[in-house]
Amino acid sequence: MEEVVRLENVTRVYKVGDVETPALRGLSLRIERGEFTALVGPSGSGKTTALQLIGCLDRPTSGRVFINGRDVTDLNARQRALLRRGTIGFVFQFFALIPTLTAYENVELPLILSGKNGRERKKRVEELLEAVGLSHRAHHRPDQLSGGEQQRVAVARALATNPSIILADEPTANLDTENGRQVMEIMQRLNRETGVTFVFASHDPRVIRFARRVITLRDGVAVDDKTLPEVTGEEQK
Amino acid sequence: MFRMAFRNLGRNRRRTLFSMLAVALGTALVLFLAAFVEGEIRGALDLTILLETGDIQVRAATYDEDKFSLAWEDLVEEPEQVAAQLEDLPQVRVATPRLRANGILSARDQTAGVTVLGIDPTSEASLPFAHGIVDGMFLTADDREGLLVGQPLAESLGVGVGDRVNLLVNTANGDVDEQTFVVRGIFSTHTPGYDKSTILLPLAKAQTFTRTEGHASLIFILLNDRQQADALAAAIQDPRYEVLTWRDLNELLIQTESLANAYMVVYYLIVIAITASVITNTLVMAVFERTREIGILAALGMMGRQILSLFMLEATLMAVGSVATGLLLGGASAAYFGVHGIPIGDIGAQMSGLLFGDAIYPYLTLDDTLTVSLIALGVTLLAALYPAILATRLEPVEALHAQR
Repeated sequence: MEEVVRLENVTRVYKVGDVETPALRGLSLRIERGEFTALVGPSGSGKTTALQLIGCLDRPTSGRVFINGRDVTDLNARQRALLRRGTIGFVFQFFALIPTLTAYENVELPLILSGKNGRERKKRVEELLEAVGLSHRAHHRPDQLSGGEQQRVAVARALATNPSIILADEPTANLDTENGRQVMEIMQRLNRETGVTFVFASHDPRVIRFARRVITLRDGVAVDDKTLPEVTGEEQK
Repeated sequence: MFRMAFRNLGRNRRRTLFSMLAVALGTALVLFLAAFVEGEIRGALDLTILLETGDIQVRAATYDEDKFSLAWEDLVEEPEQVAAQLEDLPQVRVATPRLRANGILSARDQTAGVTVLGIDPTSEASLPFAHGIVDGMFLTADDREGLLVGQPLAESLGVGVGDRVNLLVNTANGDVDEQTFVVRGIFSTHTPGYDKSTILLPLAKAQTFTRTEGHASLIFILLNDRQQADALAAAIQDPRYEVLTWRDLNELLIQTESLANAYMVVYYLIVIAITASVITNTLVMAVFERTREIGILAALGMMGRQILSLFMLEATLMAVGSVATGLLLGGASAAYFGVHGIPIGDIGAQMSGLLFGDAIYPYLTLDDTLTVSLIALGVTLLAALYPAILATRLEPVEALHAQR
């Protein structure tokens, strides 16, 4: 299998004044292309920090981070921005849409940043909004969409540039059960259809059951790594 | 990005509006101030040239302006002929001899030191006086008993049309002569400093009264185009005469203009610094309010340079909109008062050496408009630079964890 993500003995220590708080204490993991993997664990276990390091939003205190086989540990801010733009999509816990842009424009934004032309953008945005079932809401702004709809737009946006990997941090935490299930089903379907790798952090058992692989973190290290039989939305009900 | 920047301005409409209003008012104020000062100087220069100095003066090489000397050797001989020759030049609109003398005017028990000006009532150069008659009638060339008194002078002496006044003047041979005249008319050039110290006599009468027949203090010349003054003055040089242009004769005013321009730069900077701080404040608040959003943009791969551009674009939109509004406001008010004038009463009369009218007519030049626009735009964008850089310095991880 082709490796998409590899963390090698990664530590991340946050310093506030003189106080040092280790969030990761030597995490190593490897994720292959097409996986639908959950990072689970209690609060403070290092899930979000791990996602931020994989997403090149942050740099480890020590250890190495590899994305698509490339060592990205020492990339500068500009190189990391470029890498994120083409390789990594994000779905955040809060519905991280740009409030002044419509659903359509939010999905279009990463394509603009990648320099895609108008026709390509239109085709891709329409395709993605269709995929998340929101074609009819394309020209609504975030404040005119429900939480579930906003998160589906965020999923569409994360997929816009055909990234290798989509990182979702507690993607259903702010959603009710039904909307949470819908979002997970969509992510699961897109994972199957497009082969894009999904890594999501959660501590919600209803969400975790969608994962095919569950990596459990505790105190900044991986304490368990299980591959599960696939669970569908229907079975969830 | 333009769309985002434009819509971002609409997020907190009231704040954007007030910030833009601050810049607009600042720009309008500076523009109006510039027009006011320009109008003031221009007005004073126009009045001084029209009433006192002309575009060019030709006078005897030995003439001393400060003494109003009437000795024949200090005067222009056969001035009518000289004026006629000058008037034949194509650049010259009008050339007319004038005689200037010091005098004391008394009526009843009041007296006042005056400048006696002998003019040719038929000359086009005398029109400002003819048009300025507020009571009585203008002079005729052959009037031997009449004179005109400036309005504020007439008021302070308590004389009216038809009243008799005594005029005492120096004469060519250094004596003093005195004669009674009838006030034919009261004039106002709307220049209090001039009107309160000037009386007008027909040139011929002024010459006989001061024993300067066939002589004049100067030839007063108005040109079709003032800018030709230097070239023409150079062309009519003659060892018998001193030829002076309006620039030579109004050095004080021209220096005042330079000084005023220097002050204006300080005004610009003060007003624009205040408005710039409003812009900085607005955008800093916007950066803090949108910290998480900046984190999202960074996560999507937007680079520091692009985030900087976004904020600078917002600032540019604000700056262009508000500077345009400011130009409109400032331009409109300058245009309105440029026509109707801002009355300043006789404040101008207090300034010795300069002639100021009783109203200031703001005058907006293209130069001032461009300077003010560019400075306002430049300073506004400069003020936006700090918040924009602040936005690019945010670490994506920290920005994403911000509360908003």
